[in-house]
Amino acid sequence: MGYTVSEKILAKASGQDEARAGEIVKVKVDVAMMPDLTTILAVNAMKDMGVKKVWDVNRVVIVLDHVAPASTLMAATIHRDIRSFAKEQELRYLYDVESGVCHQVLPEKGHVKPGKVVIGADSHTCTHGAFGAFATGVGSTDMGAILATGKTWLRVPETIRVEVNGKLLEHVSPKDVILRTAKEIGADGATYNALEFSGDTISDMSVSGRMTLCNMAIEMGGKTGIVEPDDKTFAFLKERTDGVFNPVHADEDAEYKRLLNIDAAELEPQIACPHKVDNVKNISEMAGTKINQAFVGSCTNGRLEDLEAAATILKGRRVHKDVRLLVVPASLEVYLKALDEGIIQDLVESGAMFSNPSCGACFGGHIGLLAPGEVGLTTSNRNFKGRQGSPEALVYLASPAVTAASAVTGVITHPRDL
Amino acid sequence: MMSGIKMVGKVWKYGDDVNTDLIVPGKYLELVDPEEMALHAMEGIDPEFPQKITKGDIVVGGANFGCGSSREHAPLALKYAGVGAVIAESFARIFYRNAINVGLPALECPGIIDAVEEGDQLEVDITGGKVRNLSKNVELKFVPLPGFMVEVLGEGGLVTYIKNHLEEW
Repeated sequence: MGYTVSEKILAKASGQDEARAGEIVKVKVDVAMMPDLTTILAVNAMKDMGVKKVWDVNRVVIVLDHVAPASTLMAATIHRDIRSFAKEQELRYLYDVESGVCHQVLPEKGHVKPGKVVIGADSHTCTHGAFGAFATGVGSTDMGAILATGKTWLRVPETIRVEVNGKLLEHVSPKDVILRTAKEIGADGATYNALEFSGDTISDMSVSGRMTLCNMAIEMGGKTGIVEPDDKTFAFLKERTDGVFNPVHADEDAEYKRLLNIDAAELEPQIACPHKVDNVKNISEMAGTKINQAFVGSCTNGRLEDLEAAATILKGRRVHKDVRLLVVPASLEVYLKALDEGIIQDLVESGAMFSNPSCGACFGGHIGLLAPGEVGLTTSNRNFKGRQGSPEALVYLASPAVTAASAVTGVITHPRDL
Repeated sequence: MMSGIKMVGKVWKYGDDVNTDLIVPGKYLELVDPEEMALHAMEGIDPEFPQKITKGDIVVGGANFGCGSSREHAPLALKYAGVGAVIAESFARIFYRNAINVGLPALECPGIIDAVEEGDQLEVDITGGKVRNLSKNVELKFVPLPGFMVEVLGEGGLVTYIKNHLEEW
């Protein structure tokens, strides 16, 4: 019996000949990533473990992204303490508040490679599986143990293989594929499991789209999402890393817990309705729902092609007078490219508010909260009660194109109906 | 009250998919002191929780307890609010790890939601894999935690565990 991608990566990282689903292994961590709001707890844990220095100053990456720039004294203090920690430890990689969302910055700066073990103190660390890495989120104490020792324990996950075939229709995007997947699998249907995405739709999909898929593995309880690396992966990473790759592929006879087939060609835009990510409906059922705020951004959909999709729809149109549209690029690199391509001009002229890269608008942080009774439509990843402000607000999830089209009309709208 | 690996406590009962935004809303993520986090435990679902809980009480949840973010604020807030253990039909994996790591027993016990009502007294045998509802005189079995996790819990969490076993880790 063959092996899944996860089984192969974790076998190698644990120094074992093989690792099978269900087994608990102790692995060496290639990259340990921390965003601002979980770093201090992890650092305290490391120190409480009696360890003064991180195990490897070249493998720890900190990104100040959740409250960037600091909007409260508490956040400012956290940032100050993180900066002095990084200096005192002589950490090689601290990306400060201008840089962007950790899950975008990490691959852009070349920290992610196929076959590597990437552990982050943020649940959306599964995003990096889009590059064929084994990437998962942990809490701060687990991260403290990694900072102290460079190792962590993992249960080798069973794998659900998601086969996506067919050509996506116009205005249908990777976000719609992953929302449909969430509907099929359920909000806890992949708990402790890896999701491997394959099929011709995935081969045709951009690296950016693959990141959108893997990003939301956690919304099904998944430990990681994985796309096997190919020429697109290598093209993205080549200039950003040393260019030496050891890709890991699943065996033909690997054992899967479940096989899910998705016909991309028949998919229409999807909407995740309050308050659960798997409460997903076709847009035809939801069209006409009134919205107060629209948000394009986050580690799910804040990349160049997402902003571009929104701008294509908004160019020459106006955001509805009763709607606030927030656009937040996922990183400085995305920001600069969007500037260069005139995307920001188009968005702002249409009435969008454009902000510096950060996580703030996605998690109910410092950007654009919803009041009781308001409705938000967002390209981010969670529509939990209270996630973006008031527990009395409703949050719907959709693609950038649908979010932009709905910002124009003031109600949930299929872009083709504009 | 915790006595070795057994405990007795009163039930606070919640439903499925109690997510980390409900346990500790995002606006409190800047907190680093667990005692302060505890003041907001369950604020998104039961704002009176920190006031009404007695030390050693047991939170009972449905499926997918703790889903959502990796914030350790969630189990820390529960633990410092006085929760002795969380028993649920199932847990989201990051919350589960975090709970064990901070020394808060997280026990997966299928059938628990139908076997208890709010206010019932439970006796939990963590290593023996048994939950006894003293108010209703019924007993449920669950698969005990793996040995490694019992050791971590027994030593008070991952911080002490790593401290004690740094050489062999």
